[in-house]
Amino acid sequence: MKIPPLTIDGVREGLLSRQFSAAELAGEALRFAEAENATTGAYLHFSPERALAAARQVDDKIARGEEPGPLAGVTVAVKDVIVTKGILTTCGSKLLAHYIPPYDATAVERIEQAGGILMGKTNCDEFAMGSSNENSAFGPVRNPVATDRVPGGSSGGSAAAVAQGTAVVALGSDTGGSIRQPASFCGVVGVTPTYGRVSRYGLTAFASSLDHIGPLARSVKDSATLLGVIAGRDPRDATSAAAPVPDYAAQLTGSVKGLKLGLPREYLKDLTSETGQLILKGVETLKSLGCEVREISLPATDYAIATYYIIATAEASSNLARYDGVRYTFRSGSSETLSDMYRNTRGEGFGAECKRRIMLGTYVLSAGYYDAYYLKAQKVRGLIARDFANAFQQVDAIVAPVSPFPAFKLGEKVDDPLAMYLSDIFTITGSLAGIPCMSVPCGKTAEGLPVGMQILTRHFDESTMFRLADAFERTQRT
Amino acid sequence: MKITEKEVRHVADLANLKLTEAEVARFQADLDGILQHMDRLNEIDTSGVEPMAQVLLGADPAATDQGTTLRADEAVLPLGNQAALANAPQPGGGYFKVPKVIER
Repeated sequence: MKIPPLTIDGVREGLLSRQFSAAELAGEALRFAEAENATTGAYLHFSPERALAAARQVDDKIARGEEPGPLAGVTVAVKDVIVTKGILTTCGSKLLAHYIPPYDATAVERIEQAGGILMGKTNCDEFAMGSSNENSAFGPVRNPVATDRVPGGSSGGSAAAVAQGTAVVALGSDTGGSIRQPASFCGVVGVTPTYGRVSRYGLTAFASSLDHIGPLARSVKDSATLLGVIAGRDPRDATSAAAPVPDYAAQLTGSVKGLKLGLPREYLKDLTSETGQLILKGVETLKSLGCEVREISLPATDYAIATYYIIATAEASSNLARYDGVRYTFRSGSSETLSDMYRNTRGEGFGAECKRRIMLGTYVLSAGYYDAYYLKAQKVRGLIARDFANAFQQVDAIVAPVSPFPAFKLGEKVDDPLAMYLSDIFTITGSLAGIPCMSVPCGKTAEGLPVGMQILTRHFDESTMFRLADAFERTQRT
Repeated sequence: MKITEKEVRHVADLANLKLTEAEVARFQADLDGILQHMDRLNEIDTSGVEPMAQVLLGADPAATDQGTTLRADEAVLPLGNQAALANAPQPGGGYFKVPKVIER
């Protein structure tokens, strides 16, 4: 049995018309994924027993004539910062190389309740800190489009898994662009929903006021369907939102006539690049669909990188304090005192980028610097959010690049952390404001590297974002 | 210079991170560059702006429903001692064991 890359609808049709069973599909997907993994390293580990057990449940439901759920038989790859009961969850870190969580994340629980099949856990930058997936303790991921290039990060494994067709959809996590940027680099759809739209229960904390779980998929509709399954209030995450979850996929009408779109002046400074040209071409396409496009201003943009890397590292330095050798599997072997045990465990366990961010976060929170850095950054965050609120008085959605450049070569940027941070500029602003944003493929460079276009909308207005992205995607099909 | 090697060592102590000499030198250079970039925040006027710790405070309160509704007060089973200790590097007697803290 050889199964082509399928959509969620394709899986459903195949199952209901008995072309294949969920167990056959899962078995074939696992064989294919394990073979492909030699090239990309997208997965850190597979979960065949759990996948096949879930698939058999779907088959039983179908045999009994019951509704098998909106994700029936759909293979899902899950980023390894999202916990899975009884299945290794490493966060890409040596510290958690043997960590087996005692519970499931809410998003994973909801996927399985909806009939989804957990394929395995995907590689990522250590504790989701990075923009290239080169910070994983278990080696980098290679971009399936061009294997000498990075897949982006930090959800690089999830983006690569979807791009190579080894899973129908995937879960990633996004703190400053970690879903959208790899989606852009690998040529797939990546969605960062409104902050609080998806429960963070079971998402290993990096920066709690910025962390999101979100979908990656090969089509806008599939990403919308997956978000519909995982979104909604969860009593186990006090910041999860109670707003009703619309049927996102049902709202993809293809009609975007009269929608007002904003192009941020501050993002368009350097549009001579191929990326810039592809974005502008995408904007022309949206105009041809009947959207009104106007230039808008987000004046605080120049301060976003500094703001983000103060707030995110401050929160990270607190959140990562728990990895001290007491509870989570790894402990340095040679410590006389408790204090030495903490210091040695953390010194040996964390990789360079995590250490750098813990240091930065500790510094900006330390006595004498708190007001100048952390408090100031929280105020500028207020200004950045206000910029978006003002813009959304004039427009329904904002269109922007995702990354200043397409996928770069492995090793090309590892020696300059500041340059790597600065490349997050277009994704970080939306993260700081907590608004929904997504990357949708908008063409390829002359070298054949995918470029993503970003769409941002008001808090909880994922519907407009999906509708616009879907209408655009229809124009891109050949 | 924004940060010295001595300050890097102090911050590493605060963070309970043991760094090698090479790491101290590397992080001094890295953090110095990053902190210089962060200085640009001094250019922007934030007088009268409230610090933002929660992004949805401006959003529709009915949508966010945070802190306005209490969950039902129902007893649920805790994780349990065995599960909680399953990942401990050194469990013992139902506890997490660590090196001696107090000299007798």
